[in-house]
Amino acid sequence: MRKIRVLAAKPGLDGHDRGIKVIAAALRDAGMEVIYTGLRQSPEQIVSAALQEDVDVVGLSVLSGAHDYLFPKIMELMRQKGLDDVLVIGGGIIPEEDVPAMKAVGVSAIFGPGANTGDIVKFIQENVKRRLN
Amino acid sequence: MSGQNFDESLRKWQAGVDKLLAKRPERKAAFHTISGLPIDRLYLPAAPDDDYMEKLGLPGEFPYTRGVQPTMYRGQLWTMRQYAGFATAAESNKRYRYLLGQGQTGLSVAFDLPTQIGYDADHALAHGEVGKVGVSISSLKDMETLFDQIPLDKVSTSMTINSPAAVLLAMYIAVAEKQGVGPAQLRGTIQNDILKEYSSRGTYIFPPRPSMRIITDIFAYCASDVPQWNTISISGYHIREAGSTAVQEVAFTLANGMAYVQAAIDAGLDVDVFGPRLSFFFNAHSDFLEEVAKYRAARRLWAKIMRERFGAKNPRSQMIRFHTQTAGCSLTAKQPKNNIMRVAFQAMSAVLGGTQSLHTNSMDEALCLPTQESVTIALRTQQVIGYETGVTETIDPLAGSYYVEDLTDRIEAQAAEYIRRIDEMGGSVSAIEQGFIQREIQEAAYKYQKDIESGERVVVGQNKFVTDEEFVGDRLKVDLSVGQAQAQALAALRAGRDNAAVQARLAALQAAAKGSDNLMPLILDAVRVYATLGEICDTLRGVFGEYQAPMTI
Repeated sequence: MRKIRVLAAKPGLDGHDRGIKVIAAALRDAGMEVIYTGLRQSPEQIVSAALQEDVDVVGLSVLSGAHDYLFPKIMELMRQKGLDDVLVIGGGIIPEEDVPAMKAVGVSAIFGPGANTGDIVKFIQENVKRRLN
Repeated sequence: MSGQNFDESLRKWQAGVDKLLAKRPERKAAFHTISGLPIDRLYLPAAPDDDYMEKLGLPGEFPYTRGVQPTMYRGQLWTMRQYAGFATAAESNKRYRYLLGQGQTGLSVAFDLPTQIGYDADHALAHGEVGKVGVSISSLKDMETLFDQIPLDKVSTSMTINSPAAVLLAMYIAVAEKQGVGPAQLRGTIQNDILKEYSSRGTYIFPPRPSMRIITDIFAYCASDVPQWNTISISGYHIREAGSTAVQEVAFTLANGMAYVQAAIDAGLDVDVFGPRLSFFFNAHSDFLEEVAKYRAARRLWAKIMRERFGAKNPRSQMIRFHTQTAGCSLTAKQPKNNIMRVAFQAMSAVLGGTQSLHTNSMDEALCLPTQESVTIALRTQQVIGYETGVTETIDPLAGSYYVEDLTDRIEAQAAEYIRRIDEMGGSVSAIEQGFIQREIQEAAYKYQKDIESGERVVVGQNKFVTDEEFVGDRLKVDLSVGQAQAQALAALRAGRDNAAVQARLAALQAAAKGSDNLMPLILDAVRVYATLGEICDTLRGVFGEYQAPMTI
């Protein structure tokens, strides 16, 4: 079975990447391949990276509150590019009341502050949409 | 040191204190515990060790381990300065006036991310970000609204701004001019610490070298024109938030400080002219006594570095004056009311460590921007520590604790070892370019997370004593319409200003950026004719280029 490929992405302008870097390290320790976009990626750049890198999972992290604009925009672009079989998860500072709207546009799960990296690994392993063999 | 020498030092110190008190008396004529027991200004060992003066000394004297002022909080409490700002300048202005009305004694401005990265509110990358983590400022017009009815000769203002610090400072000076307040009267701080942006916070624009030039231009300009302004706040706060340990926070912050000092000296400035305007910014995390020791160790280490390495003679160049903020990264989204206690303990550690100003986080910050109620509780926390707990009645009350002194020594020694390694790499800028500092911080962050997940480190409500409690309070939310309104206001501004003057001033700035003239007067000229933040930063981007971060994961 091949390794799960994950794009760890930082859309928007916030530079707080502690969370996504910790998660990237945990996913690697769990045997996944992780590609990190670096900071300040536009929705277009992220979707293009997901396509080019042929990833199974996109993990988005936003702390600035701009998720309400950025997440729907990214999901729309992914649909346009036919990336419907890529699992998308989100994290950062995302208020509980915003979670239903994020799920409605196709983000499968939101992992907020205090989330356990083991839970994130497990969620990805159980929900990845593409075939791994 | 012999007993006689110590007695002589103490006599001199006492004479200095007497002189100071004649000018500025302490908060009370006499200090007592609740039981009525008298509290002395300073407690000392009965028989000081030979190295007492070298390691601890007396408050307000080298090496400043016991504090930077001779009477510390008996003279006056720290500045209670809550970081605030959101949405529009008009909304934030209301919050500032509310906080000043509640007894806050200084302002601290949070800018939104487009402002921090030098984009106007209508830039494509600003979509979704305008007004979210701070106030949106695109031009002098926004700044005029932000400080409307706030007399700039009466308050001191801290602005958390780094890459475009020169532009925001210029706007502040221009607003003051309109209020009839001269630059020499202005008091406050710009963060202006670009090096920690590369390693920890990410709101950089230009590469390190031109960034260092802008910073030294600000040092030089303020030394002559805005003499009371703190021209930089060298920040460990964000290094810690990015995941560093307390030791790394001290080490990387002081290493960055050394890079600024060296750059300024290389630019021909006198260390004793700009040195006194350097200030620092630390994080107050949850390991209470380690935090107290951290501040003491940082003061001692910096004093030695400035005196021994850079030859600073002015005592004010040798002392670390610092602002503290409680650790945002320690706050939990679960059981958020527990954050009130966390913040109180963290704030207490900063006070016991001798901070000059303090921001206490609000309980809801792991969830959203703080509401007015949670901000008020956070401010009251400081007031309770300052006025009720009695820890402010004597100087450096934990000095002499075997544990605290040992921790202070160890933090200093380990931080010094890091600084030695960074020196070997060619200093902070090289260490950042090589990704060394970023990797050290990342490893510490990952270890911390693993310790929480294994239960090695307990976080109440998160990995122990967990309940299903939901946060039921109000949340402050900034609507996307704020961005649209700001974009419209900008369009109106551009239509109504003297665009020929704007172009001329930007061209002059561009020419100066290519040469070596001080950029501050030219930025000020551009700001005065309402050139926008984005236009000014784009002009500089065109000359200096943009920084590309090295990949460290």
